[in-house]
Amino acid sequence: MLVSTKWLAEYVNTQGLDPKELGEKITRSGIEVDAVIDRTQGMTNVVVGYVKECVKHPEADKLNICQVDVGEETTQIICGAPNVAEGQKVIVARPGAVLPGGMKIKKAKLRGEESNGMICSLQELGIEGRLVPKAYAEGIYVLPETATPGESALPLLGLDDTILELGLTPNRSDALSMLGVAYEVGAILSEDMKYPEATYNEGNEKASDYLSLRVDATSENPMYVAKVVRNVQVKESPLWLQHRLMAAGVRPHNNVVDITNYVLMEYGQPLHAFDYDRLETKEIVVRLANEGEKIVTLDDQERTLKSNHLVITNGKEPVAIAGVMGGANSEVHDGTTTVVIESAYFAGGSVRQTSKDHNLRSDASARFEKGVDPNRVILAAERAASLLAELAGGEVLAGSVVVDELDKTPVEVVVSPDFINNRLGMKISLEDMTSILTRLKFDHQAANGYLYIKAPTRRQDIKIPEDIVEEIARMYGYDEIPMTLPVEESKPGGLTSYQARRRQVRAYLESAGLYQAITYSLTSKEMSRKFALETAPVTELLMPMSEERSTLRQSLIPHLLDAVTYNTARQADTVALYEVGSVFLGETESGLPHEQEHLAAVIAGKWVDHSWQGEKKAVDFFVLKGIVEGLMELLGHSKELTFERAVVDGLHPGRTASIQLAGEEIGLIGQLHPSEQKARDLKETYVVELNLAKVLNKEVEALYYAPVSKFPSITRDIALVVDSEKVAGELQAIIQLSGGRLLKGVHLFDLYEGEKMEPGKKSVAFSLTYFDPERTLTDEEVVNAHNKVLKALAEQAGAELRG
Amino acid sequence: MEAQLQQLKEEALQKIEASQNVKELNDVRVAYLGKKGPITDLLKGMGKLPAEERPKMGALVNVVREEVTEVLEARMTLLQEQAIQEQLEKESIDVTLPGRPVKTGNHHPLTRVVEEIEDLFISMGYEIAEGPEVEKDYYNFEALNLPKGHPARDMQDSFYISEDILLRTHTSPVQARTMEAKEGKPIKIICPGKVYRRDNDDATHSHQFTQIEGLVIGEDIRMSDLKGTLSVFAKKMFGEDREIRLRPSFFPFTEPSVEMDISCFKCGGSGCNVCKKTGWIEILGAGMVHPNVLEMAGYDSKKLSGFAFGMGPERIAMLKYGVEDIRHFYTNDVRFLSQFHRTEV
Ligand SMILES: [Zn+2]
Repeated sequence: MLVSTKWLAEYVNTQGLDPKELGEKITRSGIEVDAVIDRTQGMTNVVVGYVKECVKHPEADKLNICQVDVGEETTQIICGAPNVAEGQKVIVARPGAVLPGGMKIKKAKLRGEESNGMICSLQELGIEGRLVPKAYAEGIYVLPETATPGESALPLLGLDDTILELGLTPNRSDALSMLGVAYEVGAILSEDMKYPEATYNEGNEKASDYLSLRVDATSENPMYVAKVVRNVQVKESPLWLQHRLMAAGVRPHNNVVDITNYVLMEYGQPLHAFDYDRLETKEIVVRLANEGEKIVTLDDQERTLKSNHLVITNGKEPVAIAGVMGGANSEVHDGTTTVVIESAYFAGGSVRQTSKDHNLRSDASARFEKGVDPNRVILAAERAASLLAELAGGEVLAGSVVVDELDKTPVEVVVSPDFINNRLGMKISLEDMTSILTRLKFDHQAANGYLYIKAPTRRQDIKIPEDIVEEIARMYGYDEIPMTLPVEESKPGGLTSYQARRRQVRAYLESAGLYQAITYSLTSKEMSRKFALETAPVTELLMPMSEERSTLRQSLIPHLLDAVTYNTARQADTVALYEVGSVFLGETESGLPHEQEHLAAVIAGKWVDHSWQGEKKAVDFFVLKGIVEGLMELLGHSKELTFERAVVDGLHPGRTASIQLAGEEIGLIGQLHPSEQKARDLKETYVVELNLAKVLNKEVEALYYAPVSKFPSITRDIALVVDSEKVAGELQAIIQLSGGRLLKGVHLFDLYEGEKMEPGKKSVAFSLTYFDPERTLTDEEVVNAHNKVLKALAEQAGAELRG
Repeated sequence: MEAQLQQLKEEALQKIEASQNVKELNDVRVAYLGKKGPITDLLKGMGKLPAEERPKMGALVNVVREEVTEVLEARMTLLQEQAIQEQLEKESIDVTLPGRPVKTGNHHPLTRVVEEIEDLFISMGYEIAEGPEVEKDYYNFEALNLPKGHPARDMQDSFYISEDILLRTHTSPVQARTMEAKEGKPIKIICPGKVYRRDNDDATHSHQFTQIEGLVIGEDIRMSDLKGTLSVFAKKMFGEDREIRLRPSFFPFTEPSVEMDISCFKCGGSGCNVCKKTGWIEILGAGMVHPNVLEMAGYDSKKLSGFAFGMGPERIAMLKYGVEDIRHFYTNDVRFLSQFHRTEV
């Protein structure tokens, strides 16, 4: 909402406040002022000129040489506008003038002819092109004949004004009108209202003799008022009316249309003007449209209606879409002489649906949607009639044609001062409260410990005691509220075990060298299932903004890979990222997808780079595996952790494993498939994804101390020769199972698959630690245990001791 | 024999003096003082002396031996010290060479902000509540006093999955769910999480972003409690000398509703480009829980009241660290992420 402070001052005394100060007061007490716009924009030396003579420039077809009376002198100005003509009163920027945007006017010569200034268009004075009346859109603006040469043009054009741009929240639709804003300012400044006048001489004939009215859909349209004005002369509106509309962001058209828009801005009540003769039937019938019925609207679009759209008809065919847009067939035009003014109450929901269906949003529909003041429907009609009489020479017929089933009873709110003070934590006196209600012009009464308040119908946001709490608080001033802390039973706050361990997981991964990434949950349908740990139906948006962001992800890996690609393309040597986030799998009973918290990590490039001391290592499978092992150790699951070769689409078939805890799959790890790697132009890249929720929710043994033994442990190394296909994990499992209770540790320390080996064989060396916390082991005991291990290895894995 | 002894002594002392390292000196020790050395030989040869001269001679030999030993030990100490010195010199390194790097990652800046806020409120007795990112229209809107067709729904254009399931547009549904689960009992929670709105991604908009909200419900929770709580938050987060001010606003789920500004932490209130010359920075929205919201979750709004507040970690991180484009948070450029490594005072 754009509020001209000059216009506003017609309804309420703004106490001569500087607009900035006024804006600040409005902001602090309830309605945010987004901007304070000075319409002069620093303009100077812009005056009224009279074009005494206007001839073509001998050297240039498109230029005119004008002799312009600017008050103190008559001076020559060259003008290129097509519509400049002798006898016009025009806007002249004199030499030395500064125009919006900082343009400075100087004396100049144009094709040999002197030019002392510029004849201006409205755009050149900083008015948006879309607001300039069509007649002057392509040229200079022509002032009324009454303008005096030499006087400043800015007051004439209403440009010596400041606009407050209000950022209205949906509850404050009452401030979608100048009167509404005036009420607000009046409350803030403790000032009374001055209401617009609506007086005119009624004609002898009655409106009801000219027009009949029937409303067939009173729930969508509970109130309809029509006034008939005869002998209207359609012409340009007076300048003051035009510039007020432009200040409010509305383009002037002609006096009839301008008056309806003016009253809309003034009262917040949308009006519509029909050409009475073009209605043809002397009848208005408001009804729901027939399915498929058509109407050509004012913007020359043919629109097909649905049966829930409310239309105004002439009894035969639609002449307007109610509250949204008029029809072309009944539009007021230059030759219109009799006008029907419609002022109605259309239900918000109906207008919202209709304007949404036709993608038509207007100042009118916006106000109906939010609900107009039921008590202004007649007032606005009368105000429009009086302006038509005053500005268009119209004769207003007696009375109105009315259907009124609208409930205009104000909402009554009963609230105790104690309730208000308890909610605020304050001690505002009853006198202060009633004085605020008086300033707000809320009808109220204090009796037996309660305030009985009748909320004015313009304030449809006031319904319950809490609304009164807010009104009192904002007018009393939020700065006056003291600062306290809740008084309550003292209870420790904290993280749940899950949340605390999730933080530890993050800290661990970061200390292991990974940066935390946050990527988007929405991806393309194609990518959504890639690398997913589980097969589940995808969750898609009904109306995605793009295919790229149409489906919820089932794996975190694709977007992390995108981040690797992004960073690699920008010369990052090493990319090591992890993310903790939800994936979305299928549908649960409640209809929501099953949301699972996952953890994923990607690494690529160098891992260790300390080359001057000869230490250098690129990332590989075992770097990432080590991180996973360390994580499981942190979470107390290292004993249950196993890795098993697996095949996953998009990963290297020989370098991928399923990660399991006690035989249950919890994740996958592997190298990005070389063909994907190539497509993304990456170095070797490794990925891992874990079902974090499953891991963190798994039972874990209580942490319990084992005594540190006084007795030594005994270590025996073995080097085994096995078939090349034998995996280390299997050998390790055999050792662990056969080693008995004395075997406390198995550690693989060497692997050799070279030319010194027989083809198809490899050597694997383990270090075995035997230990009894109660005593020193004898050699014999160790030999016995060790022999069992060797035997098992030979029998179960065909392993031979390497000689 | 005495002369012989004197000569031996002179010789030994000369050789001791001439020794340049521990090994040479040890050779001298062995040569003169060892079991096969000349002094020992002299002692052995004493048998040939007359008996009355033996004690005198023996004493003399011992004196010479002690003298030589003493000089030798002194020289030994010196040479050993020299040797250590040489060793140390040989071992000295260029201390300006780079150390072996310890590479660690760090929190995403949004997590850093969220955890800081979480920890502050945990210290005031709050718990952290979480909920699904895909929500029912009921929890996201209806339970928050935003019935179907409510004009305020236009404020947040949403991503729908079906007619009544959508990506949550704020973390408030977690509050609604918590209230429902607590069945009328007091609540003190912080709800952080990802939220989604139908926005084109640009420098100030992101279709996915984060929110952190707080909710307190109890007997006689007052607006002054909200103001006091927010003041503690502002001071902890943005500096002890921060002031706060509340401005009236509108949210369907609170009544009264306010927005909170803090005095600019960059200029202190005199006006700069961070605060757009106003001296104040808008940080969050808040209010007293709307009675409809309480009632819908089964709370008696006559007996219990509450406050709620919500803010955007992106905005806070942008203000705090001067980040100018919201997309940085979701691009995961290592050159961006790694700047949030160090600790802050
Ligand atoms: Zn500042």
